Amino acid sequence: MSGSVTKDAKGAGASAPFGRIVNVTKTFNTAGQPVPAVKDVSFEFRKGDLISLLGPSGCGKTTVLKMMGGLIPATGGLLELDGKAIDAPFPGVGVVFQAPTLMPWRSVLGNVLFPMEVTGKNDARAKARAREILKLVGLEGFESAYPRQLSGGMQQRVALCRAIIHEPSILLMDEPFGALDELTRLEMNDLLLDLRRVTGATVLFVTHSISEAIYLSDQVVVFSKRPAVIVKELAIEIPYPRSSKTRFLPEFTELERQAGVALGIVHQ
Amino acid sequence: MSKHAAHFLYPLAGTLIIILAWHYYVVLFHVPIVVLPTPMQVLQAMVTESKALLEEGWVTALECIYGFALAMAIGIPIAVTMTYSRIANQMFYPLLVASQSIPKVAIAPILLVWFGTGLKSKLAMAFVIAFFPVVVDTATGLRSTSPELLELARSLQCSRLQTFFKIQLPSALPSIFSGAKIAVTLAVIGAVIGEFIGSNEGLGNLLLTANSQLNTPLVWAALIVLSALGMVLYGIVALAEIILMPWAVDSTQKH
Repeated sequence: MSGSVTKDAKGAGASAPFGRIVNVTKTFNTAGQPVPAVKDVSFEFRKGDLISLLGPSGCGKTTVLKMMGGLIPATGGLLELDGKAIDAPFPGVGVVFQAPTLMPWRSVLGNVLFPMEVTGKNDARAKARAREILKLVGLEGFESAYPRQLSGGMQQRVALCRAIIHEPSILLMDEPFGALDELTRLEMNDLLLDLRRVTGATVLFVTHSISEAIYLSDQVVVFSKRPAVIVKELAIEIPYPRSSKTRFLPEFTELERQAGVALGIVHQ
Repeated sequence: MSKHAAHFLYPLAGTLIIILAWHYYVVLFHVPIVVLPTPMQVLQAMVTESKALLEEGWVTALECIYGFALAMAIGIPIAVTMTYSRIANQMFYPLLVASQSIPKVAIAPILLVWFGTGLKSKLAMAFVIAFFPVVVDTATGLRSTSPELLELARSLQCSRLQTFFKIQLPSALPSIFSGAKIAVTLAVIGAVIGEFIGSNEGLGNLLLTANSQLNTPLVWAALIVLSALGMVLYGIVALAEIILMPWAVDSTQKH
């Protein structure tokens, strides 16, 4: 039901994009040599959308993600979120990495509450919300467990909860399910869509899996090999909620083919 | 037999075998007591000289504890400074490494001149020898903080203090403890060296005195008390580790 609310909000905001990336370039200096990582990248996205950045490993899509979070500055171009230019870390960002990167010395609840603690909002309400979202991801009863007592998939769920506890305006996910086995990965995909529906979060999702990108996203931005340039943008019109059946729809397969062609791994 | 019992019984059996071998070696080959007393004679010396062993042992224990505590209290802040200030690191790290090439025993006479024959010179010796592993391991621990956790901290706009106390210091705790365990063992060595060079009390002094009187059973008794002291101090640090790092209990028990 909140899914329909999100759709409405999207419709209303369709004219003014929530996020804008305009002619963004990033060049790293490696041993005195300029190494271009991202070249003249531009795309836009709406509030509440899930956008996948799809491309080969090490192509520079993670760099785009980090620039969007203000974690590294762009060499050129403009990044904008909600009308504000991004050049430094800003409040309201949630991050999820490929590894769960939990703090082994904190309990599950303590890990989830970390963002609230450092922003001075660790009150009873925050704790109640933490318990609520832990329940949502199926970790009820594990609140006081330590990360090492959990499986990789469970740890990544905790990391997801930590990323959304402070109700970020944008959620940056860097191949979050890349290290998980296929079954857990499919499960986590559905979990992410559930969380997105409930929280209405805007998500930038980096992946090198074509089917994962299409299954999750409203929009897929396909990148070339390094330096990253956009080779294709795909709008995924398949309605939510999506399920395992979605993967066998003819339009799903067609989108997979198009993405494959854009990546140069499928020949026309 | 349960696994737990095996953990306990096998080392005990091993020790017993060594003690028996020792005993029969001395008895069968008529080794003079001055060269090697039997385990029983050592035990007797421990009982009859228990008061002296405890008193002198306490002196040595204090030297070790103070020296170790000082090494931690000074070593950790120095490691922190050198990790966060590149200038401090460049200025003093080479010096610190170079200072380690000096044989510690060679410093003992100087410390004796500076601090006298009492507790202070032994404490200083224990400190000098225990200090280096504390600095090196703490610095290693601080530098090994997961870059992703630091990125998380940056994305949440954590202050430097928050990042340090909530992420880097806890990340470094396992390393700090491995440094502390080495340091506490070295502190015992330092204290004994100090006592050898110039002292009129402590286990090291008792050992030297007994040796010069050809009281070999007492020498061995002092050695055993000394090793027990080392093990107890190590045990205390290991216990502190379990208490302060309950999240890592399993990995600690594996060792």
